[in-house]
Amino acid sequence: MKWMKLLPAALAAVCLATAVHAEEKGLDNHVKRDPYYEGLKGKKVVFVPLAMGFDLTEGWAAIMRKQAADLGYSFEIRDPNWSTDAGTRAITSIIAEKPDLAIIHNPDLQSYARLEQRMVQAGIKVLQVNLEATVPTDYYVGADWVKVGLIEAEALVKKCGTGSGTSGKVAILEGQPTAASNLYELYAYYHVFGQDPAIKIVADQAATYDPAKARAITETVLQQHPDLCGIVGNWDNQDVGAGAAVAAAGKSDQVYIVTSGGGSKTGCDNIEKGLLDLIVSYDVPLQGDALNQAIVQLLLSPAKAGEIKSTYFTPLTLQTKETISPRSCWTLDQLK
Amino acid sequence: MFLLAVVLFVIFAVTLDRFLTAGNLVALVRSVAILGILGLGMGLVVIGRGIDLAMVATMVVSVSWSLALADTGLPLGTALAIGLVFAIVVGLASGILIAYATIPAIFTTLAMGLMVYGSGRAWLFQVDVQNTPANSAFFDLLARATIFGVPMMIVAFAALALLVWALLKWTRFGRFVYATGDNPSAARVAGIPTRLLVVAQYVITAIIAYLAGLIMAAANSGMSTRVYNSTMIYDVLLVVVLGGIGLSGGRGGVRNVLVGTLLVGILLNGMTIFDIAYTQQNLIKSVILLIAIIIDSIVNPRDEQTAQQEQGDI
Repeated sequence: MKWMKLLPAALAAVCLATAVHAEEKGLDNHVKRDPYYEGLKGKKVVFVPLAMGFDLTEGWAAIMRKQAADLGYSFEIRDPNWSTDAGTRAITSIIAEKPDLAIIHNPDLQSYARLEQRMVQAGIKVLQVNLEATVPTDYYVGADWVKVGLIEAEALVKKCGTGSGTSGKVAILEGQPTAASNLYELYAYYHVFGQDPAIKIVADQAATYDPAKARAITETVLQQHPDLCGIVGNWDNQDVGAGAAVAAAGKSDQVYIVTSGGGSKTGCDNIEKGLLDLIVSYDVPLQGDALNQAIVQLLLSPAKAGEIKSTYFTPLTLQTKETISPRSCWTLDQLK
Repeated sequence: MFLLAVVLFVIFAVTLDRFLTAGNLVALVRSVAILGILGLGMGLVVIGRGIDLAMVATMVVSVSWSLALADTGLPLGTALAIGLVFAIVVGLASGILIAYATIPAIFTTLAMGLMVYGSGRAWLFQVDVQNTPANSAFFDLLARATIFGVPMMIVAFAALALLVWALLKWTRFGRFVYATGDNPSAARVAGIPTRLLVVAQYVITAIIAYLAGLIMAAANSGMSTRVYNSTMIYDVLLVVVLGGIGLSGGRGGVRNVLVGTLLVGILLNGMTIFDIAYTQQNLIKSVILLIAIIIDSIVNPRDEQTAQQEQGDI
């Protein structure tokens, strides 16, 4: 069987021939691919969240980290763990390091505003995520908080306003009083509630993202106003405490609880348990994709830091018992 | 302080419409029950001339770990037992460092709190809010059940208060705690095993912190480790000092913790009903703490003889 020995060699020859042939077919699109991949490789991106370890920041980071690994730019997280002070130190050291892009999650409107301007002056592009500072920088990707507030307040007016046959009493649970989300939402609440004479705001208290505080406030408010009709809150992770207080009082059917959140499974679980009624979701997986798009655009753009200021308000979805399904609620493992 | 509590209570009762209803009073006590339980533990170590700044960290991490383990499919009982053991180990570690290495309690427990929280966040759970398991009979019972119309949380607070009271009042351990707190050197000369006693105090405090955590998780249907970053540990100290337990040790008892807890409860409840803004509430709270500390230092002046000794003052 002499020809059997020749077979591998013959096959190899054929392969080689076709390979040479394939190289000459089609187009390599180097005009777009080269500047894209070369332009991103080796760039440096730093992310300063409020803290890691909760659904929003973990979700964004998982998505951003994946793209960074894929495209070959570095992605680092400086976790200040809810301390504005530690965040300020982190940003100060970032100014000295001069990365190409800093992604900042602002704890409030003021604290980092000055530092962000200094970053821009130092030539570092700044992308603000979901919570903005007073000063606009190169990009803002995140929720339009006024719109979130308007949707929340209008949903509550529908349940408790004129013609609803209820007491019209509503309570507001603020988050961190000085945060962008809080101030913009508050404007929307008062604007909408002011237009319906039937609505009475019986309490406006800050729970500072703490479910235990939300629970204590709600308990007291329910004692003062047993006929409370609705609660509008700043964040699902906080307002689950309000839901627990309402459930403990046996008033889950009477008190409608509206809040906003990132659309994670924990939020959906709380809707299913009957602790929350409506979550205006700013959809973290979608925000993660928008962030990735903005990162690439900023890293590739020849514009100098601070030269062009863009905004992308991410789309909002409404989550209620009727609309949620296992597919509409995300878990961290899916994003990783 | 008892007087202040009564005065505030009367003012609110007269000026606020629905303050004096049974429902509001139950809500008032319930809103500070966890603070009160932590106050019981803190009170115990403060009487023994110590302080435990790791209580909140122990509480959030031990219970969060339990919940995280339960979430991975471990039976709830086992998960809770692991959390309890963790809390005991933390208490033992603090106690041994303070009693045998004679490191001041304030620094030991401050560092211990950071360490416990840090290791929890790094290794024990991924996300900083852990929900209680759905349809868990145990947590539902803690959260919803009532005995003669009194919620379980308050019953648990009362039971623990009774237990600590009995411990301090009727046992040799309790007498020894007062003796060591009053004058550690004299206590040791008298033959009291002061080092062991200190270790025992921190272990008991850690267990109390764990129990407080269980009740907190039940009440909020979850445990948020962010609590560690709040001012809660200072609120616990506020309860103890407001109640009149001297920071220099050896004085006070469970009655003081109860008075302090109620005072804070009345204050918070009244301020919420008045709908006072967050920052002003903090201001009012801190001014009252300052006044309480000033009164404390006048009523319980520093003892020059014992202040300079090994275990030190706070």
